[in-house]
Amino acid sequence: MAAFGLARNSCGLINGLRVSYRSLVQVKYGAKSACLLQTNIQSDCRWYSVSHLSVKERIEKKRKAAQMGGGQKRIDAQHQRGKLTARERVELLLDPESFVETDMFVEHRCSDFGMEQDANKFPGDSVVTGRGRINGRLVYVFSQDFTVFGGSLSGAHAQKICKIMDQALTVGAPVIGLNDSGGARIQEGVESLAGYADIFLVHPSDLPHHGSLCILTHLMLCLQDTSYLFITGPDVVKSVTNEDVTQEELGGAKTHTAVSGVAHRAFENDVEALLYLRDFFNFLPLSNQDPAPIRECQDPSDRLVKSLDTVVPFESTKAYDMLDIIHAVLDEGDFFEIMPTYAKNIVVGFARMNGRTVGIVGNQPKVASGCLDINSSVKGARFVRFCDAFNIPIITFVDVPGFLPGTAQEYGGIIRHGAKLLFAFAEATVPKITIITRKAYGGAYDVMSSKHLRGDMNYAWPTAEVAVMGAKGAVQIIFRGKENQAEAEAEYVEKFANPFPAAVRGFVDDIIEPATTRKRICRDLEVLASKKQVNPWKKHANIPL
Amino acid sequence: VFHVSTSAHLTYISTFDKILIANRGEIACRVIKTCKKMGIQTVAVHSDVDSNAVHVKMADEAVCVGPAPTSKSYLNMDAIMDAIRLTGAQAVHPGYGFLSENKDFAKRLAAVGVTFIGPDTHAIQAMGDKIESKLIAKAAKVNTIPGFDGVVKTAEDAVKIAQQIGYPVMIKASAGGGGKGMRIAWNDEETREGFRFSSQEAASSFGDDRLLIEKYIDNPRHIEIQVLADKHGNVLWLNERECSIQRRNQKVVEEAPSMFLDADTRRVMGEQAVQLAKAVKYSSAGTVEFLVDSKKNFYFLEMNTRLQVEHPVTECITGLDLVEQMIRIAKGYQLQQKQEDIPINGWAIESRVYAEDPFKSFGLPSIGRLSQYQEPLKLSHVRVDSGIEEGSDINIYYDPMISKLVTYGATRAEALARMEDALDNYVIRGVTHNIPLLREIITHPRFVSGDISTNFLPEVYPEGFKGHHLDEDRCRELLASAAALHVTSQLYSHKILGTQRVSSAPMDQNNWELCVELGQELHDIEISKSGNSYIVKVDGGQVEVCGDWNLASPLLPLTINGTCRMLQCLSKESSGNIVLQYMGTLFKVRVLSKLTAKLNSYMPEKVSEDTSSILRSPMPGTVVAMSVKPGDTVADGQEICVIEAMKMQNSLTAVKQAKVKSVHCQPGETVGEGDLLVELE
Repeated sequence: MAAFGLARNSCGLINGLRVSYRSLVQVKYGAKSACLLQTNIQSDCRWYSVSHLSVKERIEKKRKAAQMGGGQKRIDAQHQRGKLTARERVELLLDPESFVETDMFVEHRCSDFGMEQDANKFPGDSVVTGRGRINGRLVYVFSQDFTVFGGSLSGAHAQKICKIMDQALTVGAPVIGLNDSGGARIQEGVESLAGYADIFLVHPSDLPHHGSLCILTHLMLCLQDTSYLFITGPDVVKSVTNEDVTQEELGGAKTHTAVSGVAHRAFENDVEALLYLRDFFNFLPLSNQDPAPIRECQDPSDRLVKSLDTVVPFESTKAYDMLDIIHAVLDEGDFFEIMPTYAKNIVVGFARMNGRTVGIVGNQPKVASGCLDINSSVKGARFVRFCDAFNIPIITFVDVPGFLPGTAQEYGGIIRHGAKLLFAFAEATVPKITIITRKAYGGAYDVMSSKHLRGDMNYAWPTAEVAVMGAKGAVQIIFRGKENQAEAEAEYVEKFANPFPAAVRGFVDDIIEPATTRKRICRDLEVLASKKQVNPWKKHANIPL
Repeated sequence: VFHVSTSAHLTYISTFDKILIANRGEIACRVIKTCKKMGIQTVAVHSDVDSNAVHVKMADEAVCVGPAPTSKSYLNMDAIMDAIRLTGAQAVHPGYGFLSENKDFAKRLAAVGVTFIGPDTHAIQAMGDKIESKLIAKAAKVNTIPGFDGVVKTAEDAVKIAQQIGYPVMIKASAGGGGKGMRIAWNDEETREGFRFSSQEAASSFGDDRLLIEKYIDNPRHIEIQVLADKHGNVLWLNERECSIQRRNQKVVEEAPSMFLDADTRRVMGEQAVQLAKAVKYSSAGTVEFLVDSKKNFYFLEMNTRLQVEHPVTECITGLDLVEQMIRIAKGYQLQQKQEDIPINGWAIESRVYAEDPFKSFGLPSIGRLSQYQEPLKLSHVRVDSGIEEGSDINIYYDPMISKLVTYGATRAEALARMEDALDNYVIRGVTHNIPLLREIITHPRFVSGDISTNFLPEVYPEGFKGHHLDEDRCRELLASAAALHVTSQLYSHKILGTQRVSSAPMDQNNWELCVELGQELHDIEISKSGNSYIVKVDGGQVEVCGDWNLASPLLPLTINGTCRMLQCLSKESSGNIVLQYMGTLFKVRVLSKLTAKLNSYMPEKVSEDTSSILRSPMPGTVVAMSVKPGDTVADGQEICVIEAMKMQNSLTAVKQAKVKSVHCQPGETVGEGDLLVELE
C-alpha cells in the first residue's frame, strides 16, 4: 500500500536502465547444475551450523561475501563485457562514502533446483539497495547485481527494492534504479512473479514484463551497445511473426532513443551514464513537494545576448537552430537535453535560469520546419507533464508552422496526440513563459503554451508572425479566383506576418528585443516563483491517451 | 541610423557629402569609421545574406545589390551604379578586392561624374599588367629581378648570362607557365645542366626555344612600401611593411617596420617606390611590393593600386589615417605632409584572424555562426578591425576573415607581448579559427629574432602545424588548471540554495585525488584547496593555481605559480571532459576522480570508424564535380570529387584502391564539414 502511495505521490524516480541479458543468459549464470547438487545435498549441511566461528566472525564473513556479489570470476566477466558491477555503479553514482546499505544479509528463499545450496546463496541476493547522497542531496538507490543469477528478480530482490521505496516516500526523497537484469528468476517460479507484482504495485500495469516496469518510471537512460529492452525477444518474435530481427534492432539503445521514444537518453558506457546522471540529478527537486531547486549562479541574470538579434534569418523560409537560442539564453549554456535523437522537430530538456531549474520546450526549425507531428507532440506533452509534476517552470520557444498534414498523420491520430500537448500545457500550473521567435501559425500556435492556455508571460520577438497560416496559403483561400495574388499576399504579409495582430489583442504581453530575452525570463521567474494556481477538483484529469 | 552632427567636425575640411563603400566586411566598416569622423554620410551596399551585417548597420544608408555570390552582388557594377544614382553618393571607396583594381569600374564612375577614391585609370591599368608594370619599373630605375628572356644557343652562352646575373639563377622554358620545369642553378656546372634540360623541354613540350634565365631569390622576404601620392605630383613613402609570413601566398602576420631593413635600404626602397609612383602619375594610397634576399638586395614584384589589407600597421607607426588621406586626395587636396614628417613611431604587428582550421595545410576555411565573440579591446594598444559581431555568420560566399588584430608598442618586444595577450583574450566560439597558429608564430624563436622568410611556415612546420607543444612545466600547469577547474565545478554543484524538505549534506572535503587524461596519458593528481587557490601535486611537481573561478565566463584568468595566464574554457561536460585553450591551442583533457578513472579502465574503447573507406568533406563548401558513381573502382590517389570553398577548389582523392559503395552528394550540393561524401567498400 505504501509503495502504491509512492506512485500516487510521484516522488522523483529516475531509472537508469541496463537490461542486457534475457532468460537465456540467466540459465548460464543461474543455479549450479542440478545433477551436481544431487550428490552434495546429503553431506552438505549448513556449514556455519557446525562451524566454530563466532557470530561476529560470521557477520564479517557475510559482509565480505556480500561485497563480492557473485564472486570474483563473475565480476571479472562483467568487467570484460565493459560493464561495472552493481556496487561499483553505486559507488560512482553517490558522493564518496555516503552510501548506507540496507538488507545486506537478505537471501533468496527458493529451495527448488538446488537453489537452497549454500553455494547458491548470496548475501544481499541479486540487488544492492540503500541510500546515499548526490552532491550532498539525499537519494535512495537500488542496483541490480548481474553477477548474482544474472541480476534476476527474486521475491527477496523485489522485497528489498520495495523497502527502500517505502522509506524514500516517507522522507520525500527520490529513488534511482540501476537495472541490469535478465528478468524474473525462473527457478523461483510464481514467487518471482509475485515480486514483479510487488513492483508493479509501484507502477500499476498489467503487462507482466520487465520492459513495462521501466517505461513507467519518470526518466529512462540507457547505454549504447549494451542495453536491450523489449517485451518479447527476437526468438519469440521470430516464432510468432516470422520476423528476423537482431537484439540491437529490436530493443537496442538506438531503437529506443531514436525510433520508439521509450528511452530518454543513451550514453556510451556505464561511467559516462553515471557521471551524467549525477549532474542531471541536480536539476530536479527531491520530491514533488519541493520547489524547483536553485543553484548558485555566476551567469549574470541581466546578461544581454547580442547574438540573438541576428539568429532568426532574414528569409522566413530559412531554417536556423533553435538550440543556438536555447544555449545562448541559459545559465552557462548548460542544457540537459531529453530525447535528443527522437522527434527532433521539438527540443525539450532541463536547464537553469539565474540558478533556478527550468524546463525548456522549443520547436526546432532545422528539422521538418519545426512542425508538430504525432511523435513531437507526445514527446513535448510528456516533458511538460514531467515539469508540472515537479514544480519546474516551463519556458517555451515557439517557431511552429503548424501541424504536419497528410494521411499518415491523420490516420495515426494526430488530433488526439496533438491534444496531449495542448492538454499538458493547459493543465500545467507551474510558471509558463513563452517566446515566439518567428512563426506561430494556426492550431499549433495555440498548443505551444499560448496565452489561451494560461501562459503567464507571452513574448514576441520583432520577427514573430502570429497568424492562422502562412501568407501564401491564406491568400489562396481568402482571395480564391482573384487576379492579383501577389498583391494580396503582400497585403497579408503587411497585416499579419508581424507581431502586431497578437500584441494589440493582448495575446502577447510585449514585443521584446531578442537580446533582452534572458533578462526578461529571469525577472519573470523571480516574480512567478510565488505563483499559485489550483485546477478545479477532479479525481484525475482525463488526458486524451 | 546614426547621424553625425557636422559641427563636431569643423577640423575636417570639406570633401564629400556622401560616400558609397563598394565593399563589405571589415574594410567597409573601416572606411565608414573614417567617414563618420570626417562628417561624411555613408552608403553601404550589400548582398541579401549580408543584410544584417555590421557594415550595413554602421552606414547611414544601405542598398541591396544582389544575391550572395559576389559576381551577382559586390562585383555587380550595374547594381552598384544604380545604388550610386539612387543615393546620390558623390564618391566611391572600393576598399580592397572586389572592384578596387577594376579600371572599367573607375571609368564608369568617371563617366557619371562620381569620384573613385583611388588612383586614375591609367595607373590601375599600367600596374595591373605584370609585364607592363615591370617594364615601367625598369624604366623608372626601380630594381627588378635581373634576367634574360630569349633564345640561348649554347650551354656556355647560358653560363655567361648566369654569371652576368649572378648566382643563384633560375632557368626555365619561357613558354612554361608558373614554376613548371623550373631549375635552380648555384654554379656554372648546374647552369649547363639546367640549360640542357630546359632547352630540351622548351623544344619538345612547347615548340618554343626561348629560355628564361632569371635571378633566383633564395628564401626571400616580402617587404612592401606604402606610398601616398596626391594629384599634384607629390609622393611620399610611408615606410615599409614586413609581410613574409604567408601561407599559400596569403599573408598571415604583418608588421611595420621590418626588423631586416636598415635606414639606408629603407630610404632607397622608399625612393624607388616613389619613382615608380611618379612614373605612372599615381595618386591616392598604393603599395609597392618587393622581394628582398638575404643580402638585402631588393627587387620589384608588383604594385597594388589600392588600400592594402595590412594598412593598419602603417597607420600605427606613422599616425596617419590612410582612408582619410585617400578621401582628401580624391577631392584634389595636396598632401599636408613632407617626407621628413613621416615618422616611425614604435612598432606595430597585425595578425589576420581567420575562420579556418590551421591544422589542415595551415588553414582550410571553416564556416559557422559566431555563437560567442569578444574582441580583446579592454587591453591597451590593441586595435581590432572587424566586420562581424556576436551572432554573425561566416559563410562560404566570402573571405573567411574574422578580423585584423593589431597591437603596437614602443618596441617590437612590447608589441609582441601585447599580441600574445590579445590573442589569449580573444573569445571566438562557433567557428574554428587560426589563433592557435597565430600565437605559435608570434612566439616562435625564429619569428621573435626576426629570422623569417616567405618559407617560414613550411620550414618551421615541415609536417604541418600541430598546435602548441607543451613542455613539462606548461603541461603540469595545464593539468593543474584543469583539475582545479573540475574541483571548482564539483563544489559549485553542491551550492543548492534555499531550504528543502530534506536538508543537504555539506561538502567538507578539502583534498581530492584525481586522475587527468591528456592525450593518451593518465596523470595522478593530488589537489587541495584553500580559499581561491589550489595546491596541485602533479607528475612530481607542485603547482599553485589561483583565480576567481567564474564558470560562466569564457575567459579563465589564472595565476599559476605567480604568473598570470589567460586560459579559456570552451566546454566542460558531466563526463569530465574539459576543453581548455592554453597557449593559444585547444587541449582536450578528462578529469576523473581516482575511483572513476579506475572503473573507467574497464569501459570498452570506442571503435573509431575506418577512415580509409569513408570520404568526408574536410571543409564546408559546394560539390563542384563528382568523378565516381557507385560500382566504380577507384585507384589509390584517384580523384573522387572536387569541393569548392571560398573560391578554392579542393580535389579529394581515394587513399586506397576500392570499389565505390555509395555516393552521398551531387554536384552543386552544399556540404558541411565532416559530411559523408562517398563510401568505399
